[in-house]
Amino acid sequence: MTTIQDDILATGPAASIPSGSTLLRIAVIVAGLAIAFGVVPAIATDYWLSSIIIPTIVMGLAGISLNLLQGYAGLVSLGSAAFMSVGVFSAYNLILRVPGLPLPVVLLLAGLITAAVGIFFGLPALRIKGFYLGASTLGAQFFFQWLFTNYPWFSNESQSLTISAPRLVVFGYDLQSPVGRYLLVATVTALLIGLAFLVVKSRLGREWMAIRDMETAASVLGIRVARRKLQAYAVSSFFLGITGVLWGFAYLGTADAYTYNLDKSFQVLFIVLIGGTATIFGNFLGAAFIVLTPILLDHLVLAANVAYLSDQGAITNLQRVIFGVIIIFILIKEPDGLSAWIRRGVEALQTRFRS
Amino acid sequence: MAYFLETLIAGLFAGLMYGLVAIGFVLIYKASGVFNFAQGAMVFLAALVFVTLVERGINFWVAFAATSALMVLTAVVIEALVLRPLRNRDPLTLFMATLGLSFVIDGAAQFFLGTDVHMLDLGIEDIAQDYGGLFISWFDIVASLIVIALVVVLALVFSKTRMGVSLRAVADDTLAAQSIGIRLPVIWRIVWSVAGIVALIAGLLWGARQGVQYSLSLITLKALPVLIIGGFSSIPGAIVGGLIVGASEALADIYLGPLVNGSVSTWFAYILAVAFLLIRPAGLFGDRDIERV
Repeated sequence: MTTIQDDILATGPAASIPSGSTLLRIAVIVAGLAIAFGVVPAIATDYWLSSIIIPTIVMGLAGISLNLLQGYAGLVSLGSAAFMSVGVFSAYNLILRVPGLPLPVVLLLAGLITAAVGIFFGLPALRIKGFYLGASTLGAQFFFQWLFTNYPWFSNESQSLTISAPRLVVFGYDLQSPVGRYLLVATVTALLIGLAFLVVKSRLGREWMAIRDMETAASVLGIRVARRKLQAYAVSSFFLGITGVLWGFAYLGTADAYTYNLDKSFQVLFIVLIGGTATIFGNFLGAAFIVLTPILLDHLVLAANVAYLSDQGAITNLQRVIFGVIIIFILIKEPDGLSAWIRRGVEALQTRFRS
Repeated sequence: MAYFLETLIAGLFAGLMYGLVAIGFVLIYKASGVFNFAQGAMVFLAALVFVTLVERGINFWVAFAATSALMVLTAVVIEALVLRPLRNRDPLTLFMATLGLSFVIDGAAQFFLGTDVHMLDLGIEDIAQDYGGLFISWFDIVASLIVIALVVVLALVFSKTRMGVSLRAVADDTLAAQSIGIRLPVIWRIVWSVAGIVALIAGLLWGARQGVQYSLSLITLKALPVLIIGGFSSIPGAIVGGLIVGASEALADIYLGPLVNGSVSTWFAYILAVAFLLIRPAGLFGDRDIERV
């Protein structure tokens, strides 16, 4: 078991860089922003943007949201998708019922509403520990799916219980095109990553890690455990709510309660574990894995030309098997998640720089 | 009143069946600390293999023995390929591994045996009979007798046999058990095999009711609140938790459902479980950990 000190030092690839290399860190951030806002929109095709890059970024953001709660504060959640659905349904109803509300405000309010819901479902964490918390978060998962299907008010009495994305307009700019939706997603994500770093490096983040590593010791040290836990649920749910809006509005263009089902919650959990707990950037590796693996498996099946051997159902099942095997394989082979790759890469770069 | 009682009794019977699935979880959790999400997939696999064999004209008991053998083989493979490489890792990683395992088992079962819904006839009549004004199905009675018999057998095995004692030693203190020469891999293989056979029995009883199909896998989600209420490490807890969940869920659906615009059975058990936890954080029969700094 690592000590609290170690974990603070190893919160992510950036943290593993010695403090002397602030310049390098700034260079990395600037390069990242330049790639995200300059290079990617210029060279990526519409297909790549809509089907691969946008979902990967949004799922990466979902991973960050859960990682704040689970990786840093050590609280289990099996219901991430429920909070995403609260976000998208809040945003939809805000736009519907408060005309003229600008999109950034809608995103912020949807996040805040989800945060409030998150605090409510986090309340049991004040008494319940460990895996038993799964009950409360799974309760949220099934409750909201039920709520949004049983009360058509939330989807504006639509027959199909489906909500469709409003026109995405920010400060007069129309963001309907793939590039526009990408820019919206990238901007929101960049801002939230910044916020996540601030939270993690702050007193709040350090106290979360103390609670995660040894709750009793943390409370002996005078950390207000109950308040910190609820704050963890609030922050994580705020992130998840906004992520849910992006998934529905910027990626799918539509959403219903089943868009955010238990499978989606488990996907978010996979992203955290495969990407690496208590890292920020690892989540995007995990998300890329979740988004790309099914697409790659599809292409593989086509390339291998076995499709004529059996029906589509059999292929879907074969893909389930392969996906399960890959997950188990990664869990066994890379205990620290794929983010360990980044860390090793950064360390290799550093040794090269110094020599 | 009769309607209330019939609902209650039907709920209790359903709860026994939830408890049966939960027992499989408890066995594995006790011996290996793994929260096995794949238990539902094991129920589905066992039922699908069994029903396929019976449909090919194989005798009931031969099919039962063959499926049991397959479940033991599955246990051995899981122990070697998943559990052993993952030992000493945190519970969440193990949980996710069993989630991956459930994809593998569900996918493989349907890839090889197809996705059709199979009818399973165990030869037990499933028609409600009048018992002093209450209508109860003979099938429910037989099913509960089977569950009770299974619990008694498991309890005897754990308290009387050498294997049961070593199993309890592992559950109590894994390191101490290892240091006196109990071989963990052997215990894991045995426990996962027993859980596989329990899954087979659960699969037969559930499959006879609902048909053998993928939805059997989802029983896991019904067993979770049962475990939370009963405690992860107690077999009687699994049964009591099952009865509580089954009964209250059935009653809530009938009496609460109409007030809130539809069936509440998807989430009611979870809210109930949380309410229970708020009163007893380790479940009704769970062990309370003592914390030291």
